[in-house]
Amino acid sequence: MTKVDVNGRVLDLHADPATPLLYVLRNELGLNGAKFGCGMGQCGACTVQLDGKPVFSCVTPLAACAGRKVRTVEGLGSAAQPGRLQAAFIAQQAAQCGYCIAGMIVRAQALLDKVPHPTDEQIRRHMEPNLCRCGTHHRILAAIRAAAGAPA
Amino acid sequence: MSNVNHGRRAFLERGTLVLAFALLPRAVRAEFNGMGVPPVANPKLAGSLQRTSFLDAWIRMAPDGKVTVFSGKVELGTGVRTALAQVALEQLELQPGDIEFVQGDTARTPNEGFTAGSHTMADSGSALLHASAQVAALLRQGAAAQWKLAPDAVTLRAGRVVAGDGRSMHYGEALRGLDAAGLHRAASATSPLRPPARYRLIGKPLARVDIPAKVTGGAAYVQDMRLPGMLHARVVRPPRPGAKLVRADLDAVRRLPGVRHVVRDGDYLAVLADDEWRAVQAMNALAANAQWHGGTPLPQADAIHATLQRLPAQHITILDRGHVDQPAAGPSVSARYTKQYVMHGSIGPSCAVARLDGDMLTVWTHTQGVYPLRAALAELTGMPPDKVRCIHTEGAGCYGQNGADDVAADAALLARAVPGVPVRVQLMRDQENLWEPYAPAMVTTVRAALDGQGRISHWDYELWSGSHNERPGNAGKLVPAWLLAKPIAPSPSQPMPMPEGGGDRNALPLYAIPHARVVNHFLPVTPLRSSAMRSLGAHLNITTIEGTMDQLAKLAGVDPVRLRLDHLDAEPRARAVIDKAAARFGWGKSTPAPGHGHGFGFGQYKNIMAYVAIALELAVDKDNNTVRIVRVACAADCGQVVNPDGARNQLEGGIIQAASWTLHEQLRYGPDGIASMDWSTYPILRFSGVPERIDVDLLDQPGLPFLGVAEAAQGPMAAALANALADATGARRHDLPLLGRPFPA
Repeated sequence: MTKVDVNGRVLDLHADPATPLLYVLRNELGLNGAKFGCGMGQCGACTVQLDGKPVFSCVTPLAACAGRKVRTVEGLGSAAQPGRLQAAFIAQQAAQCGYCIAGMIVRAQALLDKVPHPTDEQIRRHMEPNLCRCGTHHRILAAIRAAAGAPA
Repeated sequence: MSNVNHGRRAFLERGTLVLAFALLPRAVRAEFNGMGVPPVANPKLAGSLQRTSFLDAWIRMAPDGKVTVFSGKVELGTGVRTALAQVALEQLELQPGDIEFVQGDTARTPNEGFTAGSHTMADSGSALLHASAQVAALLRQGAAAQWKLAPDAVTLRAGRVVAGDGRSMHYGEALRGLDAAGLHRAASATSPLRPPARYRLIGKPLARVDIPAKVTGGAAYVQDMRLPGMLHARVVRPPRPGAKLVRADLDAVRRLPGVRHVVRDGDYLAVLADDEWRAVQAMNALAANAQWHGGTPLPQADAIHATLQRLPAQHITILDRGHVDQPAAGPSVSARYTKQYVMHGSIGPSCAVARLDGDMLTVWTHTQGVYPLRAALAELTGMPPDKVRCIHTEGAGCYGQNGADDVAADAALLARAVPGVPVRVQLMRDQENLWEPYAPAMVTTVRAALDGQGRISHWDYELWSGSHNERPGNAGKLVPAWLLAKPIAPSPSQPMPMPEGGGDRNALPLYAIPHARVVNHFLPVTPLRSSAMRSLGAHLNITTIEGTMDQLAKLAGVDPVRLRLDHLDAEPRARAVIDKAAARFGWGKSTPAPGHGHGFGFGQYKNIMAYVAIALELAVDKDNNTVRIVRVACAADCGQVVNPDGARNQLEGGIIQAASWTLHEQLRYGPDGIASMDWSTYPILRFSGVPERIDVDLLDQPGLPFLGVAEAAQGPMAAALANALADATGARRHDLPLLGRPFPA
């Protein structure tokens, strides 16, 4: 058993501690947000936060999360009540196929939690590890800017 | 590929392939159907109504008034689910949230072939526009008959039929006033269409219905499906096509935790486990103990274009006008352009879920064509087509034929091993990359000349390309079919006829040129498997045409945009987008700063679809052998705009994706095989490289036909990049990708 705080709930997880966190989130917990993209930490589709820092859940073993806080896109809000950044992605229509988007949002949220009003250059640099193949980059940037500029 | 590929190769070495094709009877060629669609039943109808004419194939009303809309086109991440609903509901006085919308299900929807080629709005959108207008008229007629009023005395309002005196009924009730056929009647050639000025949904930027789930972790993709009792499968592909399995210790893998089945059929290997990570571990164990022999060697990547020009070819002259062989009065340019193999590179590796229930196989798939896939899976499994059901379920963006169909075949084969149990298969990143059908490498050559007055008089153009369409097709178009103990060979590759074209898509210049010849050298067999990727040959053809226009402008001593406009007298819509992009950019108003270049590119997709013009500025960074795209001005005419925000999103995406292809992308391979197994060996554009600014202007054409837009910007963007780089450096690069080699000091 590995004890992990996932989106504010402390859970006892049964998976082998060597299992990458991605598979635990998707299969033991039924969370869809983190996606399998490459399994090598190269694309960011699986991005979640670990103690507030964006990590590639596909290369992060469950054992490394013991006693720590994991936050996924599900922890930011729901379709009925989207969080501020999620709402900005909806308002900017910042998705095409959308497969990369949950990872994008989780990574961007980690920046906004630390730097509430980032510059464009900071946003671009922070988002560099995550790939989008549809070419939605401008809308992703616009959504992050909009969320950063929105009143608290 | 085992026997199959050895056969293909031997064929090639004997050089008899062209002969084999020449022997194909004409009727067989005529049957080739690149879009996978059924035959035309009534050519007078709009869009896909021509092939599926009954109204209730598209729109149904339940007795309780519930409305269901059907489309054979599927959501590939372009927003068509929303745009098609806007069209279908315009005259039914409903909102997208009011209906059930079913797309791409062989048990339920019309067969509209593949969702491809920017056809969705033109084919399915036009069908739904007309079908819904006719259904709306039938609803008025049915209600009016029951109220004993004239049909024009009733109207539709917010999902009900309403009389002048305030009486109303829902749509299910209204249908009771029709004869027993209800909506099961063939569409008419004319539809009572609302004037565009009164549109309430078409032309409005409705929010996409699929985005909220996608940004909050809702179940949005086939990858997210979890059926009760579902097993996870992983496949082990050979190290390279043509390799034969010598031995594999299946029993050792069967003993691993959670493993339920290990499947071997010839060179085909797979594992099924009760848990996804256990399946991945079992796959790794099986891959580690499997021993393979041989495999088809590949050519050297740097020799690929010379290789292509030597392969057996079908020589197809698609234009021969005037006397191109007679000398021109003015100066001429000639050039040879090349493109390397490019990968679709979907962010999500392909996935499918399948279940065999009794004699019925159901496959959930992100294929582009549920009906063509069903036929191929039926052949693969030996089942009757009506016992195979393919249900489209979204995957990551595919941009053409990626691994979706192959993995659907994997799921179908593996579901048969465990009757009654659902099986989910997802490819690993390296499997997706090493086995997807790439966008073909291509060569173009051009010789063009001016007359004595600075007008273009001669245009002599040739291109060499392998197939841009290897979609199923027969079962042999699916990778797993090559690996079985009884392999199935792919049916012969065939060129896609004009006006759509394959390698020759957009090979015909839209510019008025009196003496012109264009020849497509179609290569039925090439060293790597290839298939459709957004824009097909248009990517390199438009780059070639527009690069040549710039060089001709230089010879003529005129501005390159002026030269384009001067040769488009008969094309007012083309001139309009060129003028708009030039105006938005401020073309000719300033000289580029040192190290900067301005470039222009124009194309009408397939010369029959959307018009796109792009002007851009880039800055060369010689120290890092790269460029910075400073700004992009895009103007597009895609006919009647259905969802302007959706159209803009697609154009922006096309611009960014084409920048990645054109500047950076090429498949890495050599005699030992393909090296581009991940994102480090196949780098694509990241946030640091995307244009700093993109402006998109849409030239709306109310009432004119819908023209798709997802593939219209790629050619013009590539051309504008090549032209801007030439402007910045003074030296034109003819080989894509444009970057990756040092700039001269």
